[in-house]
Amino acid sequence: MSANQDGTNLLEVRGLTKIFGTLTACDHIDLDIARGEIHALLGENGAGKSTLVKMLFGSLEPNSGEIFWSGQAVRISSPGVAKKLGIGMVFQHFSLFEALTAAENIALSLDDGSPISSIAAKARALSFSYGLPLDPESLVGDLSVGERQRIEIIRCLLQTPQLIILDEPTSVLTPQEADKLFETLERLRSEGKSILYISHRLEEVKRICDRATVLRHGKVVGHCNPREETASSLARMMVGNEVQAVVRAPVEGIATAQPLLEIRNLSRKPATPFSIPLKGINLNVRAGEVIGIAGVAGNGQGEFFESVSGEVLQQDAASVRIRGKDAGGLTITGRRLLGAAFVPEERLGHGAAPRMKLSENLLLSRHATDGKAFVGTGGMVKSAAIYAASQRIIEAMDVRKSAPDPEAAALSGGNLQKFIVGRELDRQPDVMVVNQPTWGVDAGAAAHIRQALIELSRSGSAVLVISQDLDELFEISDAIAVMHNGELSKPLPIAEATFEKVGLLMGGAEPGHAEHTLETA
Amino acid sequence: MDITVNILLTIATAATPLLIAAIGELVVERSGVLNLGVEGMMIMGAVGGFGASYLTGSPWIGLLAAIAMGAVFSLLFAVMTLSLATNQVATGLSLTLLGLGLSGMMGTSFVGQPGERLPNLDIPGLTSIPVIGRLLFGQDPIFYISIALTAAVMWFLFKTRTGLTLRSIGDSHTSAHALGIKVIRYRYLAVIFGGACAGLAGGHLSLVYTPQWVENMSAGRGWIALALVVFASWRPWRVLAGAYIFGAVWIGQLHAQAFGIPVPSQFLSSLPYLATVVVLVLISRNKRLTMMNTPASLGQPFVPDR
Repeated sequence: MSANQDGTNLLEVRGLTKIFGTLTACDHIDLDIARGEIHALLGENGAGKSTLVKMLFGSLEPNSGEIFWSGQAVRISSPGVAKKLGIGMVFQHFSLFEALTAAENIALSLDDGSPISSIAAKARALSFSYGLPLDPESLVGDLSVGERQRIEIIRCLLQTPQLIILDEPTSVLTPQEADKLFETLERLRSEGKSILYISHRLEEVKRICDRATVLRHGKVVGHCNPREETASSLARMMVGNEVQAVVRAPVEGIATAQPLLEIRNLSRKPATPFSIPLKGINLNVRAGEVIGIAGVAGNGQGEFFESVSGEVLQQDAASVRIRGKDAGGLTITGRRLLGAAFVPEERLGHGAAPRMKLSENLLLSRHATDGKAFVGTGGMVKSAAIYAASQRIIEAMDVRKSAPDPEAAALSGGNLQKFIVGRELDRQPDVMVVNQPTWGVDAGAAAHIRQALIELSRSGSAVLVISQDLDELFEISDAIAVMHNGELSKPLPIAEATFEKVGLLMGGAEPGHAEHTLETA
Repeated sequence: MDITVNILLTIATAATPLLIAAIGELVVERSGVLNLGVEGMMIMGAVGGFGASYLTGSPWIGLLAAIAMGAVFSLLFAVMTLSLATNQVATGLSLTLLGLGLSGMMGTSFVGQPGERLPNLDIPGLTSIPVIGRLLFGQDPIFYISIALTAAVMWFLFKTRTGLTLRSIGDSHTSAHALGIKVIRYRYLAVIFGGACAGLAGGHLSLVYTPQWVENMSAGRGWIALALVVFASWRPWRVLAGAYIFGAVWIGQLHAQAFGIPVPSQFLSSLPYLATVVVLVLISRNKRLTMMNTPASLGQPFVPDR
């Protein structure tokens, strides 16, 4: 598989180390990438994958260690140098400019100064030859996430790189789109290009990668051939111990249970030119069940969450009902007082105020619902009470932190998410709405959060989970509905749901005739 | 007829400093930097321009000095906000306050001194054509610079690769950095260009508009230029339109006041602001176009990864 014509690897990394303050993000990393191989880089969040990749692409400078490119020692001091060597990168959080067209975006990363019209023609030709159709004149802000990724890939390919780094490329794709991507990657491999594939989706890695390097806590813990491993043995290498499987006890009599959250014909006009309108959404979430909402990112999930949580109020008060009461005209606090709890997608800024302590963040979201416990006479904050409550949450959710009551921004993403979810769970809310509960959270913590959500529902609450992670939804949901272009499908009971069915709905197929209407746009 | 031509000429003279300062600020803001120091840079240009002209006897040297003064003064802002990542709003405001104070101090010996006006560009034969002759061929040099500058900035921003790069930085500096674009370098150049423009606009005030030095002679024009950029949704031709609407209503209300129209003079004085805002809001109704042209990273400090 590894075509080592001249005996040297395309890329060799020796002892690469990056230290941030007291944290060693990458600790003497060794990595070899041969020509014509797809090499997986595996690791949990915070294992040092992104730091390593940023050093390879020149956006970070290592503290020590060496990088060899085709046997030559090189210093990659900037992304420009990386591009000149032949290293291309497809970012996880796209580095595209929304207000510019696809062709302009591509032109920006090419330094040859050729006119935009010729770049557009080249991009169009290349995109069709790889089966990734792309309209160079379209405005990026109007495109779906999958289409944006195509631009990133085409942009990367136009630079004729020898090594392509893909950072979690499938996290934003439908299963069918992901298949298409794998075909492209296999074709690139057959052309002799090397690919560094970063993912935490083990099945994918087993399917397309030739070798894998596993990182844990900034160190390489092993090299392996993923095809000879099982998903659970790979997970064990990543996490360092067994990941507890999530248990979802079956529930009886949901159909007759009281709906605690009702969405009735919820519509919303697009707030900005680039946002999605919501079109007549109907959904009931009953006591005791977990409903999952799947969908490719950017299909209206964010707008839906804002409407349900009360970040945006509805014209029609009956379009959102919580515990049988109209809540469409209520603010977030009003909805919380009815017994609902919300966990937004964006942790810093929406879920927590970054520069405030965890205990203060607790007070911010619960001052109304737990006013008696946290706020004393004359509006004085009971510091001891909020501190004690935040410590209780930290303990229950196993939040790892560096100080007794740190600022929210000082926590890693996964740990902050545990705190934010825990903060809401601690109230035992009747209705819990969570957007991307485990995005960027490591496997152990994700299992913990998922189990906690299931247990909340089994204790009689209604739980609504919006997620891009299909594995997660299949693990925890009793029924899965799919959001596409601002419309929500009927929930599929989990017993009838398959990856294929859900994937087709994510691509925009109608529930009834899913087989032949897969959107190809 | 002569009166009309004279009125049109005064409109152009009133609009030119606004246009130049606003076009400069437009480039700065398109790169994602909000420099609220336009007023300060303008007044520094005015005092520098007058001073150099007064000391050397050449208004042309004064013109160059005005440009240089604005550019150097903006460099202070650039170092603070770009290299030291200070808050752009606070730094811009202090630049204005500093400029107003410093120019007053520098200009104490110029107060009341007669200045020399930058000569009009008279082309024998063409300038004497009735009506359009004086409008097209008989104005001050800075008028021509302002029109050429608007066209050049339009071409630069929307037709050149460098302009595209500049706009991309304004849209998302993190994405631009990830592509290997030198964000800070581009922004330095943009800020200095904006400073040079503001300086030139100030020079217009003290070398053309009223060829003398008066403390605070910029009289809020820097702020109007700033507002024009926003209301024109960061598009050069709209800035031009806005500057001229403002100039026209400004001159119009002066004449109206002179005629003694029975309307409170305070209301007339507020008309230019009102009219400019109304017109520019009306032409910016297309929300989508406005979104596309708004630099999304405007005002955010950029600190690259270590």
